[in-house]
Amino acid sequence: MPGPVQSIERAAAILRLLAQGSGRLGLSEIANSLGLARGTAHGILRTLQLVGFVEQDEATGKYQLGAALLHLGTSYLDVNELRSRAINWADALAARSGEAVRIGTHLQGKLLVVHHVFRPDDTLQTLDVGMLLPMHATAMGKVLLAYDANAAAAVPDGDLEQFSRRTIRTTRELTRALSGIREVGWAADVEETTVGEASVAAPIRGYGGLVVGAMGISGPVERICDPHNRPRLDLVTFVRDAARAVSRDLGAPRW
Amino acid sequence: MAERYVMSIDQGTTSTRCILFDHGGRLVSVTQREHKQHFPRPGWVEHDATEIWRNLEQIGPKALAQARVGPGQVAAVGIANQRETTVLWDRHTGIPVTRAVVWQDTRTDMLVEELARRPDAYIVEELCGLHVATYFSAPTIRWLLDHTPGLRERAERGDVLFGTMESWLIWKLTGGPDGGVHVTDVTNASRTLLMNINTLSWDDTLLDFFGVPRAMLPEIRPSIQTYGVATRVVPGVRIAAALGDQQAALFGQTCFAVGEAKCTYGTGSFLLLNTGTEPVRSTHGLLTTVGYQIDDQPAVYALEGSIAITGALVQWIRDGLGLIGTAPEIETLARSVDDNGGCYIVPAFSGLFAPHWRSEARGIIVGLTSYITKGHLARAVLEATGWQTREVVDAMNADSGLDLRKLKVDGGMTANNLLMQFIADVLNVPVVRPMVAETVSLGAAYAAGLAVGYWPDLEGLRRNWHRAAQWLPAMDPRLRAEEYDNWQRAVERTFDWIKPSHEE
Ligand SMILES: Nc1ncnc2c1ncn2[C@@H]1O[C@H](COP(=O)(O)OP(=O)(O)OP(=O)(O)O)[C@@H](O)[C@H]1O
Repeated sequence: MPGPVQSIERAAAILRLLAQGSGRLGLSEIANSLGLARGTAHGILRTLQLVGFVEQDEATGKYQLGAALLHLGTSYLDVNELRSRAINWADALAARSGEAVRIGTHLQGKLLVVHHVFRPDDTLQTLDVGMLLPMHATAMGKVLLAYDANAAAAVPDGDLEQFSRRTIRTTRELTRALSGIREVGWAADVEETTVGEASVAAPIRGYGGLVVGAMGISGPVERICDPHNRPRLDLVTFVRDAARAVSRDLGAPRW
Repeated sequence: MAERYVMSIDQGTTSTRCILFDHGGRLVSVTQREHKQHFPRPGWVEHDATEIWRNLEQIGPKALAQARVGPGQVAAVGIANQRETTVLWDRHTGIPVTRAVVWQDTRTDMLVEELARRPDAYIVEELCGLHVATYFSAPTIRWLLDHTPGLRERAERGDVLFGTMESWLIWKLTGGPDGGVHVTDVTNASRTLLMNINTLSWDDTLLDFFGVPRAMLPEIRPSIQTYGVATRVVPGVRIAAALGDQQAALFGQTCFAVGEAKCTYGTGSFLLLNTGTEPVRSTHGLLTTVGYQIDDQPAVYALEGSIAITGALVQWIRDGLGLIGTAPEIETLARSVDDNGGCYIVPAFSGLFAPHWRSEARGIIVGLTSYITKGHLARAVLEATGWQTREVVDAMNADSGLDLRKLKVDGGMTANNLLMQFIADVLNVPVVRPMVAETVSLGAAYAAGLAVGYWPDLEGLRRNWHRAAQWLPAMDPRLRAEEYDNWQRAVERTFDWIKPSHEE
């Protein structure tokens, strides 16, 4: 077994230090306290700042614990923030695919629609933002189940609610589907929620690769799928590229 | 190659952005870089024009690299820019003689007051459609000429050139001291106070009034016309359009017909209404401005309602009060309550713009009771943007004699669903957001693409416009009337706060 990771140990020490006393320290104070070179301390502080665990006061340059640490338990990316950060790429995806785009996050066992872009054909459509959808029957929901352990834990054991003949029936079946999704990196729903409708979705990741949401397109089966009822690969590529572009903007590592 | 792109450069107040668009008007790559805001004294705001140019030198090639293409695959470049910001530079060295003075800068307030008191001051609005105010370029040029030793002489000899940001960038892109083209487009020129709104040329009476030598001014050109070929950043590519950012947004929203309007919601907000080929004079506090001009066709005019503080109020809640961590969180906070709880915020931080134009007004929060929480404040912040829009739309309807039927929106705040619904509610018209939220950049790209034949005509561009979202009015008319009345009473309470004797 490899030994402890030194930089994580040092980061933890810095957080401990900041959590003590007045909680506002300069770079030299931190470096001196821990016996680190200034450059080393600075590198660790910058990373901690990037993930929101540490904040730097603009005027004094001193460091303190970040707000994100105080809210570690709650969702770390505000859904309205997610929409703002994703809006350009969601538009581009709708324009490129010709289909409606939605972005969703997990909320108490359901999929919450946080953003919706109309299908670009100027027909009458209404905004779905705020709507709750089933997790196991939608492409976006399945993406979140595949990558978000907490979301998966919220699924009850046994038989799942049925929306059509094709909805996944049991948790066993679901488990198998989710491992397939993790393998390919995207999910589809072909008539699993609504007869005649299909969707494709991919994960949106933030710092450290944490999945913070899913992004996908949906439309009539005959447009989303090939003649064998499988999602068209060009559309899958558009969806994955868009989700990756949002992830990159959110600071996710490349994958 | 079949796949070619159009590049837009959006030189904004806080950053410069470079975007490649494809033939469907779809965004292909985006690069962006912020520049430093200099505040050397209270009320002064400056940019370093050389820094902005260097930023462009970086992000231009990067945008190409992101899309994995070379300049050879770019059909044309179009520029949209922060308006009115004034750059003066040495024609021989290509170095700015001072920092650029930003439209927000109020150093000319005394000068403006002095000019406005002159008996012949009425002539300004008659000739150029704008009143004398600090953010337009002419008073700034005058101030710089008066306060920099020897500058007036150099300007009179034509050794020092004036330009707004698009002039500066076009001059640099086309070679700078080595054959750089010194031009401006009509929309930018229409914001200087020096251009005659009817003839679209520099007006001797106005040049006289402000004391600005003609030799330093760029040539006024249509917004959509090839100005020259770039030798830097995108060598060999034609620079084919320039528009002020708000006019670019009007174009990007394809508001090509009389009566079509858009509002861009950013730091401040700007509602522009296409009024056709005749300038419409406002009697309700709006500005008459040029919308765009395609080559040698007649110019299309617009009425503009400018709101100083909208997104900036959200920023204040974030940075000034620390109630939220990021701007979008205002929506989360506002949704924690059902209504404003009787609280109203009028953000007259530096007076009120359209339609009131009260420079002595200052901001207020009214209706405070012990019941009010930060959630109510967040609501009041968003509602302030809604009601300010309503006031401008009322003025537009009165001036143009048309009733706005629908509002096209864009800008950073359109990501806020609660706000967009509220705007639809208080205007009582549908609010629609287009598929490309970056309408400023898109407008510049459309204009450049049109100039070089990449897109055939306005109809083709119109077909590219698609609805991405729509909010329909759903407010009870009685509630709307009551709330508007409350808002108007709140606005009245901001007036006359700064005492007339107190001059800074
Ligand atoms: N979701 C949101 N809700 C409310 N306000 C927002 C939201 N997102 C951004 N804003 C506000 O919108 C403004 C930013 O909008 P935008 O990016 O269009 O800026 P801008 O004024 O165009 O800047 P520039 O001139 O540099 O281009 C900020 O003032 C910010 O507070």
